[in-house]
Amino acid sequence: MPEGKYCNKTPINTPEEVNSLLSDTSGNQYYTEMQSLEVDSDLLWATIQKTLKSRLRTWLEICAHCGMCADSCFLYLVNDRDPKQVPAYKIQSTLGEIIKRKGRVDNAFMRHAMEVAWAQCTCCNRCGTYCPHGIDTGIMFGYLRGLLYQQGFVPWEMKIGAGMHRAYRAQMDVTDEDFVETFEWMVEENEEEYIGLTVPVDVENADIMYTVNAREVKHYPEDLAEAAILFHAAGENWTVPSEGWEQTSLAMFAGDWAACKMQVESVYAAMEKLKPKRMIGTECGHAHRATVIEGPYWAGRENGLPPVESIHYVEWLAEALRQGKLQIDPSKRIKEPVTIQDSCNYVRNQGLKNATREIMRHIVEPGYFVEMSPNKEHNFCCGGGGGFNGIGLFRKQRNKGLEKKRDQILATGAKLVLAPCHNCWDAIRDLEEEFKIGIRWSFLKPIIIKMLVVPDHMKPEE
Amino acid sequence: MHEFLTGIFFWFAITVCLVGMLVRFVQYFRGLSWQLDRVAYKAHPKAGMKGAFRSIYKWLIPYGTYGWRTQPFMAAAFFGFHIGAVFVPLFLSAHNIFLENMVGFSLFTLPAGIADFLTWLTLVCAFFLILRRIVLPEVRILTTLYDYFILFIALAPFVTGLTARYHVGDYSFWLNLHIFCGELLLIAIPFTKMSHVFLFFASRAQLGMDFGIKRGGMKGTRMAW
Repeated sequence: MPEGKYCNKTPINTPEEVNSLLSDTSGNQYYTEMQSLEVDSDLLWATIQKTLKSRLRTWLEICAHCGMCADSCFLYLVNDRDPKQVPAYKIQSTLGEIIKRKGRVDNAFMRHAMEVAWAQCTCCNRCGTYCPHGIDTGIMFGYLRGLLYQQGFVPWEMKIGAGMHRAYRAQMDVTDEDFVETFEWMVEENEEEYIGLTVPVDVENADIMYTVNAREVKHYPEDLAEAAILFHAAGENWTVPSEGWEQTSLAMFAGDWAACKMQVESVYAAMEKLKPKRMIGTECGHAHRATVIEGPYWAGRENGLPPVESIHYVEWLAEALRQGKLQIDPSKRIKEPVTIQDSCNYVRNQGLKNATREIMRHIVEPGYFVEMSPNKEHNFCCGGGGGFNGIGLFRKQRNKGLEKKRDQILATGAKLVLAPCHNCWDAIRDLEEEFKIGIRWSFLKPIIIKMLVVPDHMKPEE
Repeated sequence: MHEFLTGIFFWFAITVCLVGMLVRFVQYFRGLSWQLDRVAYKAHPKAGMKGAFRSIYKWLIPYGTYGWRTQPFMAAAFFGFHIGAVFVPLFLSAHNIFLENMVGFSLFTLPAGIADFLTWLTLVCAFFLILRRIVLPEVRILTTLYDYFILFIALAPFVTGLTARYHVGDYSFWLNLHIFCGELLLIAIPFTKMSHVFLFFASRAQLGMDFGIKRGGMKGTRMAW
């Protein structure tokens, strides 16, 4: 059976196809079918010849096999320094081997490559900063994921995630109507407590266009209300688009580059339609990476920039606190040891290390903020990045991967971990569930709201 | 034999090396793709240059990066090996007398004592680099026969050169073998992993441009290598 009913080389594009794949519980049949999925070696080799340019070729060629990348990889460290977890080994034995064999690899090899690409690398790019030659293995794994996706060797949840973006332009089955209705409903829920709270939909020429993560709409709608409260308190002229509101991209984790392009173009279309001064995304790392850092390239924008200036939520928060648009009640600041998780996707990959620290200065009583070690651009991945959190097949490997973050957090002595990134937030929640180290974790929005000086015009009349 | 090695074969080797390096260097940069690499090289040349320069010079300084500092012994062996491997061939006085005769100009020359020291340093550090390959599991798993072959062609000119320098055995035999090994190394540079002697700069520059343009440079954050 070369192509299965569920596991095949064809992307899923419609809600019906998404539902059909979802109906295969845990992907049981999907993974059974994968065992006999045929490798299209000609397509594989032709794709490589077209897309493997001098950067990747040179990386594979000049790797000195020095092993200096080993210690940089949290998965190597937590897996008892297993040599098979050395980044250079992981990529040479998968992508390197496919190239050496000119694409003539078999089904078992591809399934092994899938495990390495999704369960042994989170594309955190840390190794790239520890290689003397500047070889970024995380980037090569992103490339390998693309090849594997094209051949149908992709974890079940990743195929569904990419399909969601194709079918809904969102990572979950949330329609444009669901988004607007949920946002309006959450605002209504809070308008008695915060007078004048609204959600301005499709307003042209606003100062801010806000974009979110679909799971906020589906599972954490209070996050939408919190965003509205903070924008309102800061007196911002903001709006949300009724189409192109989803900033995330599971397609990026899946290696489905065509879906990445479709997704990010929907957000850019909203920018072009509403002409906001700036776009601000929610507290998510990969969403920012997808829409702001990588997205312009998928969309073919030669200047590498989105149509309008786009910043991360932490940049806006830092700015609003600095300019006094948001006022903190000093008596309500955090008075316990607290640490912050630097997200790979916007700290290592866009240098936003100072914004979160500026926020900490405003919201934490001096002396209580404890840095993780290592931190900033040298921080370790939360343990669940790059799609790792969401893949049932690799749950055991993911839980093992959480140990590094657990130990980093324990070393700080903090019981409260701030994680302005959905992936990190999930991983830290899961590590508490797994290891019970007695910590609490939070996004920034709810913490800020608790200590906010609510402007008079928002206060309900007694 | 000596005339052949210091005449036509010398010219052949040096030409292959220089032309080969130039061609591959140009090919590297022509092969960069803004869209596939996802780095807008051309749109932001200034940010790119800044990042590239920083990425190269930080890594050229012993213990200049987090990477070097986290592995102090590797860094010591690495720099000991490479300082000798670069300075001795270029600045040994005998090499420069030869160069003066061949092309009419020469470079700065090292005092003999320092040249001797650097040569031994290279060999001692190479010993530790090889030991590392054998002893450490994370390096052993990566090591192939090809890596030892590269070490062999890199070290052969040093071993033969020292043998000739101390007049052990037949001087003219070892001298000729030394010249031959050196020329083989020159020829190998563009075609083998030895290409790192110039592609190091290309690859580091590329990642530097990536950080300088896309990963924080244009946000005002310089990568803390």
